[in-house]
Amino acid sequence: MTSVSPAPASPSPLTATALPAPAPARRQGFGGLLLAEWTKIRSVRSTLWTLIIFAVVSLGLTALFTWLTLNALNNGRGDARSSGIVTDPVGFILGTGLGLGQLAIAVLGVLVITSEYSSGAIRATLLAVPRRYPMFLAKGLVFAALVIVVGEIVAFASFFIGRSLVNGHTVTGHLHIAGHVVTVHRTITVSLSQPGVLRAVAGSGLYLTVLGLFALAIGALIRHTAGAISAVIGMVLVIFPLSGLLPSSWGAHIHAYLPTIAGQLITADKPAAGQLLSPWQGLGVFCAWTVLLLAAAMYLLQKRDA
Amino acid sequence: MIEAEDLTKRYGDKLAVDHLSFKVEPGRVTGFLGPNGAGKSTTMRLVLGLDRPNAGSATIDGRPYVKLAQPLRKVGALLEAKAMHPGRSARNHLLFLAQTQGLPSRRVDEVLDLVGLRGVARQRVRGYSLGMSQRVGIAAAMLGNPSVLLLDEPVNGLDPEGILWIRNLMKHLASEQRTIFVSSHLMNEMAVTADHLIVIGRGKLIADCSTQEFIERSSEKSVLVRSPDASVLADLIAAEGGKAIPQDPAEGRAAALSVTGLDAPRIGELAAANRIVLHELTPRLASLEEAFLELTAGSVEYGADAPGVRQEAAAGTTSPGSSQ
Repeated sequence: MTSVSPAPASPSPLTATALPAPAPARRQGFGGLLLAEWTKIRSVRSTLWTLIIFAVVSLGLTALFTWLTLNALNNGRGDARSSGIVTDPVGFILGTGLGLGQLAIAVLGVLVITSEYSSGAIRATLLAVPRRYPMFLAKGLVFAALVIVVGEIVAFASFFIGRSLVNGHTVTGHLHIAGHVVTVHRTITVSLSQPGVLRAVAGSGLYLTVLGLFALAIGALIRHTAGAISAVIGMVLVIFPLSGLLPSSWGAHIHAYLPTIAGQLITADKPAAGQLLSPWQGLGVFCAWTVLLLAAAMYLLQKRDA
Repeated sequence: MIEAEDLTKRYGDKLAVDHLSFKVEPGRVTGFLGPNGAGKSTTMRLVLGLDRPNAGSATIDGRPYVKLAQPLRKVGALLEAKAMHPGRSARNHLLFLAQTQGLPSRRVDEVLDLVGLRGVARQRVRGYSLGMSQRVGIAAAMLGNPSVLLLDEPVNGLDPEGILWIRNLMKHLASEQRTIFVSSHLMNEMAVTADHLIVIGRGKLIADCSTQEFIERSSEKSVLVRSPDASVLADLIAAEGGKAIPQDPAEGRAAALSVTGLDAPRIGELAAANRIVLHELTPRLASLEEAFLELTAGSVEYGADAPGVRQEAAAGTTSPGSSQ
């Protein structure tokens, strides 16, 4: 994906050496930093592109997988996996598209800080805010505000797309579950007023916001785009899920308290069997990890040479 | 005023800045001169709070940079030209900097006018030449109308017109009683720009004096003498306490001597008194570049025989200053 670069820009001849004195400062302090971070995040195309990819992947895959799965069930090709759409339609709808779309949010979280390091713009930033941590706070707040708005919109849109596909759908299928053949006749009904559903949908947006900040912290610690993206995606997709294979009960405890494993509990309307944490406890654990990493990133930001 | 006090910075086992102390006074252009790798950029980064010193301190008008509330209103800095997000326009780069200082967006247009980039400021900096990026950097440095300016190799990548412009800008700003601290590895550039020089080599202070004094102190004065009786004249000069070195003879011209220790009038009188014909009598100053190389010889980082030889040296980028 390359964009056509504009014709070589030509500057005007240099003549002036006199410069009017600037007007006295209007906005002081933290408000100016929030404004500056907003200017930064909106003025690079990667932000818009990443958010478009997030929305397209999330909504597109939600629609696609829901449709394919319903078709498979109707044609009698249902199996234990696709039965999820029958037993927990909300979990199915929120889990498919957003499950992949979340990677775009993680990438954006990394990019908002590592692109400053890779381009050298971090030095311009730190010259303007030499105390450093207010800049990092402002960046985190602006980014979180952006992700929570976009994340909630996409989460609700995913839910409504999925709902329009599954609602009123009567599934008749022979499901093969644990060696038994079960015949199912069920009309799927999904509604925000069902227990846990509104929390799961709104919680998906919250989860994405915390995930974005988690990625921002990793980006600030590692400071290299490729390294930080690999680290975050490796954790979210591979390391944390695989830790579920750890043996015995301490393994289950470790798994349950891992950042995104705990965080994703808020996105499920129904608790899984043997779930150790409640949805809000899970989100709390994810927040705690993220705050810890942000604090470490901020400490190193203060200490390290820029 | 910029003040460095015993400033020391270590990267691994390499001492980049070695107990450096100096003052940069307002109202004049102070050149910061040294060979590549001497520690100029590191020193500037320490002054600006980007790097943390291992020892010592640097202050601007008595306060460390990191304690300044709206630093761009006091200090403007130009470090690497390309230190901008390539996908962001020059205008947005300057706009976010202005916003951190509570400056209105009108100010961005003013500094863009100063550097002649108003017309292209909405294009992404990816397409800018090095010279244009350099101008954006200067615009950023001037945003807050600072009383102190630090410019690291500002003429890099500029065309002759741009070089002349930045020289005049620096002199003009100094005449407004601002503090101008500008680094360069080119002695000739500093000779026409700077009023005062701080010269470092391998992180250590070598000289801190006016440019004029530096030139006089470090240029060995010599006189070129051409005469058909050069060998006789050489003996007379030696007897007077001077030193005459025969030069490579030029085709079809009288033999030449390079004389030090006696000035041109004295040599002329000596020749007249002894009825020796002179074809040429030319006082010469050693070139500034030569003087600078001589002064910093042995302090050149990455020289082939410098301690802690790095791979650049092994690869053959030896410096003329390293021969001993």
